[in-house]
Amino acid sequence: METPAIHCRELTKTYAGRPPVEAVRGIDMTVAEGECFGVLGPNGAGKTTTIEILEGLLDQTSGEVEILGMQWRHAAESIRESIGISLQETRFSDKLSVLETLNLFRSFYRHGITVSEAIERVGLEDKAQAWVKNLSGGQQQRLAVAAAIVGDPRLLFLDEPTTGLDPQSRRQLWDIIRRYGAQGRSVLLTTHYMEEAEQLCDRVAIIDRGKIIALGSPRELIARLGGEHVIEFTLTPNATTLNQSENDWTQVNHVTGSVYEDGCHRLTVTQPHLVIPQILSHVEQAGVQLGSLTTRHARLEDVFVQLTGRHLDDTPEVPA
Amino acid sequence: MSPPVTSGNRLASHPMMQLVLSRMREFWRQPAAVFWVYGFPLLMMVALGTAFRNRPVDKIPVTIVNTSEAPAILKILQQDERFVGPGGEVEILSPEECKQQLRTGKTLLIISANTSPGADYTFTYDPERPGSLSARNTINDLLQKAGGRRDPLSVSNNEVREPGGRYIDFLVPGLLGMGLMGGGMWGVGFAIVNLRIRKLLKRYLATPMRRSHFLGSMMISRLLFTVTEVLILVLGARWLFGVVNHGSFLAVALLVILGACQFGGMGLLIASRAETTETVSGLMNLVMLPMWIGSGVFYSVERFPAVLQMVLNALPLTPLIYSLRSVMQDGASLLSLLPQIGLISLWTIVTFALAMRWFRWQ
Repeated sequence: METPAIHCRELTKTYAGRPPVEAVRGIDMTVAEGECFGVLGPNGAGKTTTIEILEGLLDQTSGEVEILGMQWRHAAESIRESIGISLQETRFSDKLSVLETLNLFRSFYRHGITVSEAIERVGLEDKAQAWVKNLSGGQQQRLAVAAAIVGDPRLLFLDEPTTGLDPQSRRQLWDIIRRYGAQGRSVLLTTHYMEEAEQLCDRVAIIDRGKIIALGSPRELIARLGGEHVIEFTLTPNATTLNQSENDWTQVNHVTGSVYEDGCHRLTVTQPHLVIPQILSHVEQAGVQLGSLTTRHARLEDVFVQLTGRHLDDTPEVPA
Repeated sequence: MSPPVTSGNRLASHPMMQLVLSRMREFWRQPAAVFWVYGFPLLMMVALGTAFRNRPVDKIPVTIVNTSEAPAILKILQQDERFVGPGGEVEILSPEECKQQLRTGKTLLIISANTSPGADYTFTYDPERPGSLSARNTINDLLQKAGGRRDPLSVSNNEVREPGGRYIDFLVPGLLGMGLMGGGMWGVGFAIVNLRIRKLLKRYLATPMRRSHFLGSMMISRLLFTVTEVLILVLGARWLFGVVNHGSFLAVALLVILGACQFGGMGLLIASRAETTETVSGLMNLVMLPMWIGSGVFYSVERFPAVLQMVLNALPLTPLIYSLRSVMQDGASLLSLLPQIGLISLWTIVTFALAMRWFRWQ
């Protein structure tokens, strides 16, 4: 059987304190060679702790970790040579140029690609001589990715690679990551942008409160909602109760899930064209009016809301 | 996997080399840092060296009350250079004008002849005013000699104005030591805390970089900065003030290296846990202040009470400055400085050992 890029079993991490904080509470995960795997979850879910244990920067409290078939305590140096890492919020030295920064990182690895190739892969040719402090946020993130791939790693770790970037910079980074994955390399990325995971990842694990609450391809997870479509509507006046079962629309045919939140009804449905007429007739019977009604494809965000009753993040997503 | 990088030679692509280069570039691209490390000690030397330079002989401003004897007195005084030329012109004025001059501080002393019974001369002056007593004695000597006094004892004066015994000669080794202290602490300590804040230490740790390469590069770049720093100060002192080294240059070089290592170690120790620049600056000033005051940079440690001297002599900077001064001023051999060198080495070993034990990478 092929060696997985990442394998971890019953991983836990408890930070000492009063009370102790259980950041990771038993995570099992296998990332196949060549796979792009996403770890999703809200801030504070344990994503960074998990990835830093896998990267060998933190010690786990208990559990097993294997990276490319090797263990940190036996083969740390070999693992370091074979992985590339982009941490959350690294600020490279302001007064070094892109070229100088990458020359430095390249010197740490025995094997790797040339610095000019790394610069080319992230599209920073024009900025090679520019000081880091003169780069935009997106360019700095691309530099971080260049520093991560300059050692030609078999496995790439990216912790929140696009947080705080504008939509265009985010798309540029997605292209770089996609091209990297297309070479048959493995990628593990954390994000709290659902769209990012849908765009990039073969499989995702949704983490909440230190545990995996859902695992599968984005398509599978959405399919698990039971419906691939979402209908959202509001009513005026804000009549919260329409039918007897207190906002529960699951009684209606073809409705697989129902959430009521801040005046907005959100239904996951299999057949929107059959559900919408029923909504309209209920509205008419109740003697209220529709404020708004929209339909869209279900997203991973809906999976998270369905599973936890909470939202991942309030940051606006990149418009499709 | 692609073949190893072939661009550039092996030395240039060695991690130590790259780390040292990065440190040097960052430093040179920071004008403020360059000033504090290189410009400041030089400015300090120029300022203090000028303030305490050996001035030409001070003139003594006096006035003589206009009597028939005044021209004779003037003639006696003018045998001395202090009563001739700009600032030293002796004026002959009326009694009222003389008093006016004394009140306004334009003259130090009034000489009048035959004004009180039983006295040939009367000196009027304010003994509280600096220089007035010395003026009185000088004038008294001149007049007494002119009147026929013969000194029973003969005295010879040996005035030290040769390079080697001046204040600036004392000061330069002190400034060298102070520069090594500041440079080591800021150069190593501040740089490391800065890397930690930026999470670059952690980022380096995520690569196959060896920790020994990182710490080694810190020390190497420190030594390279030190060479420039020391050369600027020593050559500047030589050209501006004629300060020469009376001892062996090799001995000075060795002491400089020892000092750079000692304070590099202290910088490392202070930075081993600090997580903000405020913490590290506070700690550094706390450690450096007692040594600025008490380690003999500007004045000898012997000015402090004996009990305090025992403590001060144990501080890291004191033996370094003492040794540098002994070599540069008196031409002492390193062999005679073994106790001091031993103390410096001890500080170096202890600080490095503690720093290695406590150092936090993330």
